[in-house]
Amino acid sequence: MRISSLGYVAFIATLLAVLSACTKRDEQAFYNSGLIYCSESNPVTFNPQLDTSSTTADATAHQIYDRLLDFDPETGRIVPSLASSWLVSDDGLTYAFQLRRDVQFHTTDYFTPSRNFNADDVIFSIDRWRDKNHPFHYVSGGRYPYFESLGLADNIVDVARINGYRVEITLKRRDSSFLANLATDFSVILSAEYGQQLQAQGFPNRIDQYPIGTGPFLFESYRKDHFIRFKQNPDYWIEQAVAKRLIYDITPRSSLRLAKLMTGECDATAFPAQTELEVIRAKEDLVLAEKPGLNIGFWAFNTQRPPFDNQDVRRALAAAIDKNTLLEAVYFDSATRAKTLLPAASWAFQSDADDTAYNPVLARKLLSDAGFPNGFSMTIWAMPVERAYNPNAAKMAELIQRYLAEVGVTATIVSYDWATFRRHLREGLHDSVLIGWSADNGDPDNFYRPLLSCGAIPSGTNRAMWCNQDYDRLLDEALATDNIEERRAIYQQVNRLLYERLPLVPIAHAFRYQAYREELQGMEINPFGGVRFGGVSKTL
Amino acid sequence: MIRILSRYSILFILTLLVLAILSFALAYLFPGDVLQNLTGIVPANEIQREALMRQYRLDQPIVFQFVHYLGNLLQGDWGYSSASGLSLREEIGIALPATIELSTYAILMAMFIGIPLGYYAGIRSYSTSDHAINALSITTYSIPVYWFALILILIFSLNLEVAPISGRISLLFDIEPVTGFILIDILLAEGIDRGVALRDAFSHLVIPTFAIGAITTASMVRITRRSVIDVKHRAYIAAARSRGLSGWRIFSQHVLRNALLPILPLMVIQITTLITNAMIVETLFSWPGIGSWLIQAIYQRDYPALRVGMLAVSTLVISLTILIDLFNRIIDPSREKYERASV
Repeated sequence: MRISSLGYVAFIATLLAVLSACTKRDEQAFYNSGLIYCSESNPVTFNPQLDTSSTTADATAHQIYDRLLDFDPETGRIVPSLASSWLVSDDGLTYAFQLRRDVQFHTTDYFTPSRNFNADDVIFSIDRWRDKNHPFHYVSGGRYPYFESLGLADNIVDVARINGYRVEITLKRRDSSFLANLATDFSVILSAEYGQQLQAQGFPNRIDQYPIGTGPFLFESYRKDHFIRFKQNPDYWIEQAVAKRLIYDITPRSSLRLAKLMTGECDATAFPAQTELEVIRAKEDLVLAEKPGLNIGFWAFNTQRPPFDNQDVRRALAAAIDKNTLLEAVYFDSATRAKTLLPAASWAFQSDADDTAYNPVLARKLLSDAGFPNGFSMTIWAMPVERAYNPNAAKMAELIQRYLAEVGVTATIVSYDWATFRRHLREGLHDSVLIGWSADNGDPDNFYRPLLSCGAIPSGTNRAMWCNQDYDRLLDEALATDNIEERRAIYQQVNRLLYERLPLVPIAHAFRYQAYREELQGMEINPFGGVRFGGVSKTL
Repeated sequence: MIRILSRYSILFILTLLVLAILSFALAYLFPGDVLQNLTGIVPANEIQREALMRQYRLDQPIVFQFVHYLGNLLQGDWGYSSASGLSLREEIGIALPATIELSTYAILMAMFIGIPLGYYAGIRSYSTSDHAINALSITTYSIPVYWFALILILIFSLNLEVAPISGRISLLFDIEPVTGFILIDILLAEGIDRGVALRDAFSHLVIPTFAIGAITTASMVRITRRSVIDVKHRAYIAAARSRGLSGWRIFSQHVLRNALLPILPLMVIQITTLITNAMIVETLFSWPGIGSWLIQAIYQRDYPALRVGMLAVSTLVISLTILIDLFNRIIDPSREKYERASV
């Protein structure tokens, strides 16, 4: 007894001595030197080429890596990054990129670069997903979902080295969204030298587990379900404030993330829940940033089933619902009303586009003219999962059901588990469905083509099963020109066509939220993908 | 003395053996493949599977399997987590010390607050202050620990914002787990400001320690008070008093030590409750101890982890129980007469 208590007293005394030795200012400086981000889940890999989930992109794309091009988070325009400038040939098939000369790859415990970034790294990174014969193509599974979904590999003829700092990419067909695709989170630049070194050592897999990039942070360690540690890249080529340490505290429970944000254990958190937004707004030391996201929630009609093949019936149903009420009841004011498929964050957004209006009298008249004076019965499929673009599809379906009853249409609500739901949708078993879409870049083609083109029916993203030759022709025309005004004019025609035919009713563009403590400077929502911590610092 | 020691060691070994049998049986009782439940390795193909079966003697009669399993346990080959693929011995090597550390501070708190308070209440028995202490300890003792911890979080972390709610130390500190005890690891760590780190670790420790310690403290108060009151009514106290000894001398020479004897065995029971409480509280505070580790394992259906985790926790509890019991026996040989070894 006596010895242990003596020991305890001695221990406490030592601790107190050490504790009193440090000053408050050192302590504050230390806490300000690092950022902690409460993320929602474990990344699948440390290479965003291999995965389209936002968790992976958040953890890697803008922290470890850079791309040839970037999106300006304010305007959505494409701006230089690792490529300092680029030239597109007159036929739109050849893209020449001039690369930066002063960029170094990360120096870590497991890799020391012997040369700066150059054309070889660009070729290595693109050929990895493009070329099936590339030595790294089948490393870590050989699936590159983002590039596969766009068929990008098939459209590239060659990626050629002109000189050490000049790369030329040749396409088969014109694709004016090509530059936008190179600016997405997924088009990161890996180190060719690191790849060769790993191959020589016989551990090619490590390229995706121990990543090397040119980004503002270098990877330090990762413990599943616990944390990811990053360290400042001292040689970063952009002059900006970069925190000494960046830590992702993996916290799946949304309420716990909020609690940690309140106590200051996190400086920023991912995905605050809708119900928590008011709490965050009420706290003075917390900031809730919001921005219209690149997404669209809509109500699509199965245009291959009667009576929904009749555009007057579709217009009648659209006039029967009050979108503003849906917005208030389902999104709690965390979304803007959608007139077209494109949200305001896209450069092709048309603010004066036509929109359907709530008009039950017109709805009844249209139905009666179309041969349904007594209405009919239909199904509304409500997706079973929560998404930003539709946080509560079941509730929205109930509201729509009530509106439809007023014009004499009887609706039943249908729902399955998510996998079955999507399978049945692909088979076209629905009359109408409440669902949505999140895009990966600001290019309008990323909305129009997957959602309503004829080619998107078999791949299961065209929920309206709508195929219109004029529409597809307009989309192709828009891609065949580089003049941004011309493209914008074409998309306005597309909007007009969609307003007349109405294969789907656009409902809402949900906001994206980010909650962080007021000490953080330079924190911005990146509407075009993952979170960025380069340029973010903490001050008091 | 030797007889006592040998009896306890036999008891200890036998209990551990029963536990080992139980944990081995779990590999068969859990749903799924025995090989995976036992090793956590998912064989890539049939050839690898057969090799593993041979390596773990799973193709032999069950007794040989068990003997081999026992050998592996002793050599530290505890298998791999089926969720993370990491060595279970390493994972438990990080998680178990975290729980032991938290429990240790809670016990220290219970001893340094509970016993003196108990003495005070016992000596002043049935006075106002005794009633106050008694009421407070009964109230604390009756509160469910998880609820108590949540209330503490609500008040001190969320409303007053004076204490963090999760983990052992801010993640900004990169501390290599050497011993698994955070305070010692901080003192061993290089390249960090130890003062800041210790202060940070303390702020993380206070609330969970208090949440677990309060309940143990409350029962400590009650046990001590009871014991002091018992001793106070013994004939030798009356005799001492009649000889005219001062109140302080009676306390220091007769009450203090005699009242302490019955407290120790009762502490044993407290320790098991305390470790259980620690495991519950850990999950609330995301304390990276064995409790939250086991909860994770349950969520992820990580059977190898559950099997070894259960073995590790019960080994800890049994070792502690037997050690304290043995210690009691040594300092109080009179118990030998009427009691056999008991757990």
